[in-house]
Amino acid sequence: MLQIKNLHASVDGKEILKGISIDVKPGEIHAIMGPNGSGKSTLANVLAGHEKYEVTEGEIFFEGENLLELAAEERARNGIFLSFQYPIEIPGVSMVNFLKTAVNEHRKHKGLEPLTASQFLKLMEEKKKVVEISSQLTNRSVNEGFSGGEKKRNEIFQMAMLEPKLAILDETDSGLDIDALRIVAKGVNTLKSPHNATIVVTHYQRLLEYIVPDYVHVLYNGKIVKSAGKELALELEKKGYDWIKNES
Amino acid sequence: MIETIKYTATEELADLFTQNREIYNEGCPDFMNRKRSEALDKFVKTGIPSRKNENYKYTDLRPVFQNDFTVLPRYVQQQIDLHELFHCDVPQLNTHLVLLINGWYYGHNRKIGQLPNGVVLGSLNHVCREHPHLIEKAYNQLAGISDDPIANLNTTMAKDGLFLYVPDDVKIDKPIQIVNLLYAKENTFAVQRNMFVLGKNSEATIVFCDHTLNHNYYILNNLSECFLEEDSKFNFYAVQNMHNGAVNNTHFFADLKERSTLHTNTLTLNGGLVRNNINVKLNGEYAHADLNGLTLADEKQHIDNFITIDHRVPNCTSNQLYKNILDNKASGAFSGRIHVLRDAQKTEAYQRNNNVLLSETAEMNTKPQLIIDADDVRCSHGATVGRIDEDALFYLRTRGIGEKEARLMIMFAFADEVLSQVNIKVLRQRLEELVNRRLRGELGPCQTCSFNFRKP
Ligand SMILES: Nc1ncnc2c1ncn2[C@@H]1O[C@H](COP(=O)(O)OP(=O)(O)O)[C@@H](O)[C@H]1O
Ligand SMILES: [Mg+2]
Repeated sequence: MLQIKNLHASVDGKEILKGISIDVKPGEIHAIMGPNGSGKSTLANVLAGHEKYEVTEGEIFFEGENLLELAAEERARNGIFLSFQYPIEIPGVSMVNFLKTAVNEHRKHKGLEPLTASQFLKLMEEKKKVVEISSQLTNRSVNEGFSGGEKKRNEIFQMAMLEPKLAILDETDSGLDIDALRIVAKGVNTLKSPHNATIVVTHYQRLLEYIVPDYVHVLYNGKIVKSAGKELALELEKKGYDWIKNES
Repeated sequence: MIETIKYTATEELADLFTQNREIYNEGCPDFMNRKRSEALDKFVKTGIPSRKNENYKYTDLRPVFQNDFTVLPRYVQQQIDLHELFHCDVPQLNTHLVLLINGWYYGHNRKIGQLPNGVVLGSLNHVCREHPHLIEKAYNQLAGISDDPIANLNTTMAKDGLFLYVPDDVKIDKPIQIVNLLYAKENTFAVQRNMFVLGKNSEATIVFCDHTLNHNYYILNNLSECFLEEDSKFNFYAVQNMHNGAVNNTHFFADLKERSTLHTNTLTLNGGLVRNNINVKLNGEYAHADLNGLTLADEKQHIDNFITIDHRVPNCTSNQLYKNILDNKASGAFSGRIHVLRDAQKTEAYQRNNNVLLSETAEMNTKPQLIIDADDVRCSHGATVGRIDEDALFYLRTRGIGEKEARLMIMFAFADEVLSQVNIKVLRQRLEELVNRRLRGELGPCQTCSFNFRKP
């Protein structure tokens, strides 16, 4: 589904990703762990198509298509979803208008008719239940005045609305209490199917108790320094990242 | 040696008036003509403002008057029915529609729908002659003391415009839409003078639209004086849509008595050089003024909003929200001066000016000012000049929304904060539609009105 081959990326001329290769197949969950500043969010942003990051070497294919040739919105319509580490507040843009436009853009891409207002509201009600998000939030402007946890929940809500093939969750667990964490995990697990895949970026293994990964990759200083099964997360938890730093 | 005499535009205008003084005085009451002479003297002293004038720091008006233009000291009969020529988009609003042409009340206005008893709505010139007592005492009371050169020029040359009087306890439900048309065979300097008198506990809403109907060079000098008696409510919504070679100089003076409420919203969509002077005096306790403005400008447009609010007595409140979106080589200026006088305790006065520049060459000058001479007041002011938030743009795009659409969503949201202050729902929706079309580049200065020329 997603092949990242020898990916190098830099920002403002500074190289951040220094040769990353990952292969994600449908139905899989990959965890990317690593200390702060190792390049996890950079990788997530590059996958989503942020133009600030320049890919200097390597390639990315998504369902056989060269991802690097697509604009952010085209990647989204093709089924890539990024849950932001720091979701953006957009004053004045209502959640409803925003999501309706987004959902209908996805539908247009698939050759489907846009949803009518009532169909859309019905869909929204349905998905709100999945992530237990309140109407108080969905009636506001996008993320405006949301608490950290509310923002994260809103990301998962959007994911539920858009039903991506590949979801990239960038530290969706940080800033969440256990209850919220469980709801977010439930959202992710509900949406999981043999046809879609998830990349979970985190630096705690806590979330991985709820979303169980097939693979764990450790990113350090712009490189994957270790890849293994889910047991790697536990090992990291025990030994800390210094263990990796010393090894590499 | 040949001596060259520099003949300035100020002198030219003064001569133009003096040579035609008889015509200007003709058909006007003495009190009006006396004001002309006084105003002319003051105008000549200060001259057309340049940037040296502190109040015109960002707008030099001298070049405006250097083009050739004619003046219209007499009403000119129109050859075609203006109602046929002009169809505004806004009136699905169900308004009382009044047309003015080059500053004059249009002689063939259709009968205005049923207005409550005692309301006077019509030509200022006509009312001056028929009911001078309604005008004489107040005429030029506010504009005169402002001592603005362009206001003085208006007083010198004005003969007609719109007059509205709402008696005590009368509420006019339907908005009154006043359409100021500019339509002449030659380049024209049009002068329009309006007066709005709201009796005690009365209420009225004005939608005030400016339109150029052909591409001649127009300068419109449009001055309104508003008197809000105790407990009255006045909404004044301006929609400015002159073509981008035209000049629009507006003045809006208001005097607010106890517990009266003024709400203004100035939406500038097109116009080459637009200068809006708004001057509000809170003269009665518990009066409230809301002054809002939204400008969408591109090409080489220049838009200058110059606001002064005087809190003269205790317990008054005021709010200003002005926003500009500027593209290409457009330039904008905002000056909002809140003056809290010594006795005006318990004043609450807020002001905000936010601006978005869409190009490297667009320019914004903003100057919020607070002058506070009382001690028990709550005031705030803030101004920002920024660009479209790239992070917000990326966020929307990662949800599948195309870049162009995402930009429009962000700009519209920015603009809509001002429109959301408009408290007539249908009007707000129509204005939102206009703004949407303007942001999409689908609204030219002449596209709000569909032309409907009949073959001769
Ligand atoms: N926009 C940027 N400009 C400059 N440096 C950046 C930018 N984004 C990230 N970096 C740098 O890249 C490195 C990796 O950052 P990031 O990808 O956010 O790490 P992580 O998500 O793993 O904490 C850090 O050193 C960070 O300072
Ligand atoms: Mg990060």
